[in-house]
Amino acid sequence: MSDNGILLDIKGLCVSFFTEDGIARAVQDVSFSVKKGKTFALVGESGCGKSVTALSVMRLIADPPGKIVAGEINFDGRNLLELSDQRIRAVRGNRIAMIFQEPMTSLNPVYTVGEQIVEVIRLHQKKEEAEAWDIATEMLRKVGISDPAQRVAEYPHQMSGGMRQRVMIAMAISCKPELLIADEPTTALDVTIQAQILDLLDELQEQSRMSILLITHNLGIVAERAEDVAVMYASRIVELSDCRSLFDQPLHPYTQGLLQSLPRLGFTGKRLYTIPGIVPEPLRFPAGCKFHPRCPIGCNDKRCQTVEPQLRLLDNGRAVACWFAPGYERPDDPKI
Amino acid sequence: MNSDPNTNGFLLKVDDLKTYFPVKKGLLRRTVGYIKAVDGVSLAVKPATSFGLVGESGCGKTTVARSILRLIPVTSGRVIFDNTNILAADASHLRSIRSGITLIFQDPFGSLNPRMTVGNIVGEPLKVHKKITGPALTEQVRLILSKVGLPADAMNRYPHEFSGGQRQRIGIARALVLQPKLVICDEPVSALDVSIQSQILNLLKDLQQEFSLTYLFIAHDLAVVQFSCDTVAVMYMGRIVEQASAGELYNNPLHPYTVALMAAIPKINVSGQASTHRLKGEIPSILNPPPGCPFNPRCPFADGRCFTQNPPLVPVSGRPEHLLACWHI
Repeated sequence: MSDNGILLDIKGLCVSFFTEDGIARAVQDVSFSVKKGKTFALVGESGCGKSVTALSVMRLIADPPGKIVAGEINFDGRNLLELSDQRIRAVRGNRIAMIFQEPMTSLNPVYTVGEQIVEVIRLHQKKEEAEAWDIATEMLRKVGISDPAQRVAEYPHQMSGGMRQRVMIAMAISCKPELLIADEPTTALDVTIQAQILDLLDELQEQSRMSILLITHNLGIVAERAEDVAVMYASRIVELSDCRSLFDQPLHPYTQGLLQSLPRLGFTGKRLYTIPGIVPEPLRFPAGCKFHPRCPIGCNDKRCQTVEPQLRLLDNGRAVACWFAPGYERPDDPKI
Repeated sequence: MNSDPNTNGFLLKVDDLKTYFPVKKGLLRRTVGYIKAVDGVSLAVKPATSFGLVGESGCGKTTVARSILRLIPVTSGRVIFDNTNILAADASHLRSIRSGITLIFQDPFGSLNPRMTVGNIVGEPLKVHKKITGPALTEQVRLILSKVGLPADAMNRYPHEFSGGQRQRIGIARALVLQPKLVICDEPVSALDVSIQSQILNLLKDLQQEFSLTYLFIAHDLAVVQFSCDTVAVMYMGRIVEQASAGELYNNPLHPYTVALMAAIPKINVSGQASTHRLKGEIPSILNPPPGCPFNPRCPFADGRCFTQNPPLVPVSGRPEHLLACWHI
């Protein structure tokens, strides 16, 4: 049993997709850990590998074409990648639950929401049907749905988007998971509803001390809700830090660029900062540091163009993968 | 007969626009009620400026845009564009008006025909509206592609070969190739990655300056609208509830909905905790709006009059450019 306060510890995770066009290395050498009762955010743009990382924790990578090529995913001291399919099913949805971006498509339209929650409960816990229904109703009440006794018998189409996301959360927490993976949980929702859902997750976390792995592209959500954060770019973590330090003093040029390019309320300048170029596709990653073609510092540097910097722990406890980050370079590094 | 001298230097003037959708029920498909998607919207846009419409899903902002172009039947009101009432124009006239108003869509994947080359996609409006063909067409397409930052060889390639941001550039090129006076941008960046959004927002600004374009900018993201627009109008349930210059709206938001909308945006510059200023509940069904101010079920200040009378949109005293629809000022 791990007693260092760490619930999920991912080490050197590599996930590849073997396609007709070649091998897409979607996740490369990703390592991070999620503390008990805390929120860890994985942030990045589309295709950076953040969702693939989350699906790997759930062991939901479709094989073929995908494959977890290397690494460990230690959950509460056990490597999930070594568990049999049967054993992983006992963990998935039970001790680790997941909510998805699309509350419209992740619920089954032909069953009532109650039936869908009851299914989860009875799959993992030895409960009588009637008791499971009581729990389902209680869960709906807990996620802030009014008239839960009546709503439990409704179909997903009778509910609004925000309500459906509440149902998804009710389903996810019905077995009191220790880890909740929330993959873009509010991206499809309006901002006022988004705030309500994030508040709800905060409350539930406070009550049950569950850990949350929050996957998002929205840096504002990260700043407000997470304790620790990893920034992913083109399959790798490029910066890993506690939240406050990251926003106070981003170390990686990609993080710096992202933060500068966001339109902020009250911004009065004429132009926004831009990161030039586009996000590379996994089949066409550039050599060297994958960010170098878009990087203001690295675009003309020989080493950045040829040698990829690894994520490295700095003396101040933060980790970054950039040759030019202060304190990164070591004497035995290649010089070009 | 359609001309109207009272547009006072505005390129686009919308007066009391109402677009209702009938709700039909039963065997005989009787109309049992109306969805008031746009319920009395008035706005005026000066040439070479940007007017932003912001609001949550279902507030009617896109319906306003489609009504202006008469892409859907309008219930009542007037839309004066370039001294012509669009809503009263006949079919052939409407066609020529539409060549002066173009649209940039949200989805850079769904709005480009995958079987057409980029050159054909961008050139088609010229063929249809201006009857330009051959080398002259190619030349104009080449020019506009370079203006939006696409390589010259893009002409002979297909949309699937481009990334989301580049596809949005193709959409922008198609919208600008006719040299329109008014461009309606409907959520132009909400489908794009963060690092690409700022590229497109800057591009839209640059093009506006170069071609003196007028934008009607529709988005749900208040920060994006505030950056891109001179004037911002906040919509809620088919009405404008507050309107002011972008700076004024940010510095001095008055409507409780605007305040809540701003508070709900997750911010990166506050350290620590999220704002606790929260709206309760969801947007009520537009089929069955509450009596009085439609915001009253979610409003922390609602009392007496708010439950019986819908407040009109009127200038705030001392600030003629700041319009507000709220009994509590």
